[in-house]
Amino acid sequence: MQADAKIRTESGTESRPRVPSCSLRHFACEQNLLSRPDGSASFLQGDTSVLAGVYGPAEVKVSKEIFNKATLEVILRPKIGLPGVAEKSRERLIRNTCEAVVLGTLHPRTSITVVLQVVSDAGSLLACCLNAACMALVDAGVPMRALFCGVTCALNADGTLVLDPTAKQEKEARAVLTLALDSVERKLLMSTTKGLYSDAELQQCLAAAQAASQHVFRFYRESLQRRYSKS
Amino acid sequence: MAEAGGVTTESLAGDRARAARTMLDQVVLPGEELLLPEQEDAEGPGGAGERPLRLNAGTRSRGRVVCGPGLRRSGDRLLVTKCGRLRHKEPGGGGSGGGVYWVDSQQKRYVPVKGDHVIGIVTAKSGDIFKVDVGGSEPASLSYLAFEGATKRNRPNVQVGDLIYGQFVVANKDMEPEMVCIDSCGRASGMGVIGQDGLLFKVTLGLIRKLLAPDCEILQEVGKLYPLEIVFGMNGRIWVKAKTIQQTLILANILEACEHMTADQRKQIFSRLAES
Repeated sequence: MQADAKIRTESGTESRPRVPSCSLRHFACEQNLLSRPDGSASFLQGDTSVLAGVYGPAEVKVSKEIFNKATLEVILRPKIGLPGVAEKSRERLIRNTCEAVVLGTLHPRTSITVVLQVVSDAGSLLACCLNAACMALVDAGVPMRALFCGVTCALNADGTLVLDPTAKQEKEARAVLTLALDSVERKLLMSTTKGLYSDAELQQCLAAAQAASQHVFRFYRESLQRRYSKS
Repeated sequence: MAEAGGVTTESLAGDRARAARTMLDQVVLPGEELLLPEQEDAEGPGGAGERPLRLNAGTRSRGRVVCGPGLRRSGDRLLVTKCGRLRHKEPGGGGSGGGVYWVDSQQKRYVPVKGDHVIGIVTAKSGDIFKVDVGGSEPASLSYLAFEGATKRNRPNVQVGDLIYGQFVVANKDMEPEMVCIDSCGRASGMGVIGQDGLLFKVTLGLIRKLLAPDCEILQEVGKLYPLEIVFGMNGRIWVKAKTIQQTLILANILEACEHMTADQRKQIFSRLAES
């Protein structure tokens, strides 16, 4: 695989070739399913499902307005219980990713709100939230400079890399990395990691995520082409 | 995808910029870059620096290309910012300029544009201006003198909650939008307060553009069905009034459903309604 070759050319001292299983779970996406928001999307990855709604560019409270760009807000609601600290930190990660991609300077003193509702969580939740947010922003017609996607990698104790892990695989893994990549040059927009891993393993995960993001972007393109072919 | 030694250039370089002409009427995604016809010569098969010798001068128009909604200039290329179908229109009079490129996208939220005719709802009266909700990010302001025949002594009869049909004179991202109900000659030409009764409902912006296109048959068919009054606002609002409430509701449902129906389904429904 490509990531395999990269490791060999980069650091010739690596003896054990790591083979990433580039098998992502089944994707499904539906757009424009909610009637009230300006844009909405539901993204399914295996058994993990997230519903996203986007409102914007809309009115903003004077205390929150920014004079030269749009105020982006992300609200993430868990499936059960009240939103807590984990949701707040995920909201911040998603907001930073969206702000890097959305052309906020075209709509100053407005607010763009992304509301995410977790419908079912079976692993790779943050990546699924990022994908749903991207599809909802496209559905709402918010101007963006690129598309983005989220990919989760889990590193096991023996060094194998699993892409798009299930909840069980995430719990047993040594490290879990979630990376957000953009569609223009597959550059890294956001990364959040948990656990213990080496520098070389990080590069390996990044390469595997870049390869996997190609599948996701191809899926985006097919899904949007299907939507516009009906009109 | 099978290339040894590092990640493939195709996957990492993203989408290389393609010529705008080849992408016409295809779905484009945000982040794609389009080459204008002038740049195609420089990036032709000759490669960097080499220009193929042409025996006949290119017949392409070399004027300025206008960048419409959904596209932005980035350097000397066009960057796509919204998802939709890429469209092009040749310039009308004698080929001045390179035409217009734009992206036809499906959207619900309206962003005020200068010159657009919209239906607004009066939300507040403060001093000499009315605040009108047009569905954008802030309410537009409408001066009481911007009606036909309005003077300081002869104020127009506008109450909070009235429907107004007007056009934007100021609409940019930095300022509050301003609208008026007269044209540049001072005549109303259909603008002003919309009368009593009738029904206001919201549709997507794409449907309004489709209905207002010059060759749209939906309006003619609807007109043959019942006598009606109808006002289209570019902000996705339609006001319709027929003789009875039932007819008004039928018309509203037909227009909302037009977006998803094919021409045959529409004709079936119209013929069924005409019989009953």
